[in-house]
Amino acid sequence: MLSILTIIWALIVGIIVLGFIAASAMFLIWWERKVSAHIQSRYGPMRVGWHGVLQSVADAVKLLLKENIIPAEADKLVWWLAPFIAVVPPVMAFVVLPFGKNLIVKDLNVGVLYLMALSSVSVIGIFMAGWGSNNKYSLIGGMRSAAQIISYELPLILSMIIVAMQAGSLSMQKIVLAQAGCWNIFHPNLAIAFFVYLTSATAEINRVPFDIPEAESELVAGFHTEYSGMKFAMFFIGEYTNLFIISAIAATLFFGGWQGPVLPGVVWFLIKSYGIVFVLMWVRWTFPRLRVDQLMGFAWKVLTPISFFNLALTGWLLIK
Amino acid sequence: MDATQTKDMYTEEFLINMGPQHPSTHGVLSLELKLDGETIRGCTPHIGYLHRSMEKIAENRTFTQFIPFTDRLDYVASMNNNLGYVMAVEKLLNLEISERAKYIRVIIAELNRIASHLIATGTFAQDLGAFATPLFYCFREREKIVEIFDQICGNRLTYNYMRIGGVMADLSGEIIEKIKEFIEYMRPKIDDYDELITYNVIFLARSKHIGVLSKEMAINYSVTGPNLRGSGVKWDLRKDEPYLVYDKLEFDVPVGENGDAWDRYKVRIEEMRQSLRIIEQAIESLPQGDVTVKVGRVHKPSVSETYFRTENPRGELGFYIVGDGSVYPYRLKIRSPSFSNLAVLPELVKDIKVADIVCVLGSFDVLMGEIDR
Repeated sequence: MLSILTIIWALIVGIIVLGFIAASAMFLIWWERKVSAHIQSRYGPMRVGWHGVLQSVADAVKLLLKENIIPAEADKLVWWLAPFIAVVPPVMAFVVLPFGKNLIVKDLNVGVLYLMALSSVSVIGIFMAGWGSNNKYSLIGGMRSAAQIISYELPLILSMIIVAMQAGSLSMQKIVLAQAGCWNIFHPNLAIAFFVYLTSATAEINRVPFDIPEAESELVAGFHTEYSGMKFAMFFIGEYTNLFIISAIAATLFFGGWQGPVLPGVVWFLIKSYGIVFVLMWVRWTFPRLRVDQLMGFAWKVLTPISFFNLALTGWLLIK
Repeated sequence: MDATQTKDMYTEEFLINMGPQHPSTHGVLSLELKLDGETIRGCTPHIGYLHRSMEKIAENRTFTQFIPFTDRLDYVASMNNNLGYVMAVEKLLNLEISERAKYIRVIIAELNRIASHLIATGTFAQDLGAFATPLFYCFREREKIVEIFDQICGNRLTYNYMRIGGVMADLSGEIIEKIKEFIEYMRPKIDDYDELITYNVIFLARSKHIGVLSKEMAINYSVTGPNLRGSGVKWDLRKDEPYLVYDKLEFDVPVGENGDAWDRYKVRIEEMRQSLRIIEQAIESLPQGDVTVKVGRVHKPSVSETYFRTENPRGELGFYIVGDGSVYPYRLKIRSPSFSNLAVLPELVKDIKVADIVCVLGSFDVLMGEIDR
């Protein structure tokens, strides 16, 4: 009896989370198009619904109906699996995101560690896509992605560890509660950690200025050159879900999560998350792209040393 | 094949055909790249995908009939192509045009130079990954020029405006006001580009010391235009072999220092400022008078030949015309700047990263329309 209830509960939660992911991804795609359009002094989508708000729905329907083209000589199994592996880790990350005081799927006591682990998995999907496509551009894109994500993992994890040290816990809810008096961003050492985190996270999800795996001007579309239809949409959903997740993590770890006056917690959480998303979009439509060796150099020569220094500083501040 | 084999690692070169369908080969250029991982070991450009045998067509057209074909050479600077061709024919016919037509030609040519450099700037930034934003800004400004041209001659891209003996239509007072407005509008926009891209840290990191073209190499490969000036050679036909009324107008010839991609880009930005200066002066001293001299519809040059070159946005555009006494040219040879500029590319991209070839190619601002002709 209890187990059936658990399963039903899990199903309901799963549907809510998946519904949120789909809605969020569609909203973000529309929003990004609008933000980019206004940055570039044009309107963006205007036809489908009010100010093109249903454009993403129309696009999703179009992609669903499209023919599924498999490239000749592709490694079929790898090619088929890649979009799913790319989209599952961001979905799984929703387990530990605290939307509100009680609004969390499961407050794991190793929440931060769990997120770190998931962020490493998505590279496998991208690399599989690059390898399975039997396309040289895709392969270069996949290789770049692997190198990039592995390099930026280190500063990313180090900056998250600093937050865990400050809060004394790996649980996301405890980290939020630890910021009750003062958000983490107002501590100097954590502010440094925030900028390191945001930079590495941008690299983790392959956005400008670190979008070398799908660098359009060089690699056409990088690892997803050969994908069409719903498989392409899967990569797209994965990408935009990742965008929301890194912003949500940033909001939780550095901006006090769902805490805030007057408005309910979930509203504060969404405002903060989408605010960071907006900053990332702004960056994307402003900056050029780094070259692959400059990108690696930046991770290993700048971000990683800063993170280690910051780690030592935080440790000293906590013991003092 | 110089594949390297070490004790436990074996790497092999692989071949990539970049183009003719590729987002950043500026048209239908195909580059055969030999890659060792991300490093380029060899590059062979393949051209000819846009060949329309312009030079042969010219032999079966009267001199006036060929003017629209020059629009399609360098299709982002059609006015300048028109100008180069009609001036070559006028030289062949020993035709002197009116003073007003000369000034109008200068104004129009410089406006088109700005439009062309705007596209070069926008696409170069796009090639470096600044996705679409600088490109849209540049096209927004270009739109103003295109609108002016539309009002002058009724076309937005292929103008067919210059005529043997003058220009097609006079500039009305309204158009001159519009051009003046554009000058006021454009000046701060160029400063905006400096803030958005020119001195951006990532942009500098990507384009400084990339694709360095030395003075000697530039001259040996007969590279011309902003690419030559980017290498520090102060050579501009408008100054050194002045035609029309350029010797009466005051402007500087900007040059680069190192000859890298950034210098070539910067020369273009500065040239836009200089072009605005030229237009301003030309409008101030625009004389009254006719815009065409009376000449027949068909022209019969004597048995003679001539070569005339003008400073196009992309470099020196030369027309070599042989007349045989009939209404058709016996032979017409076009010396297009992009063709020579592209020839130096394989020398510059050896042992650099694959991302940089896009940067070098973008900085050269080649245009397939005039390479293939």
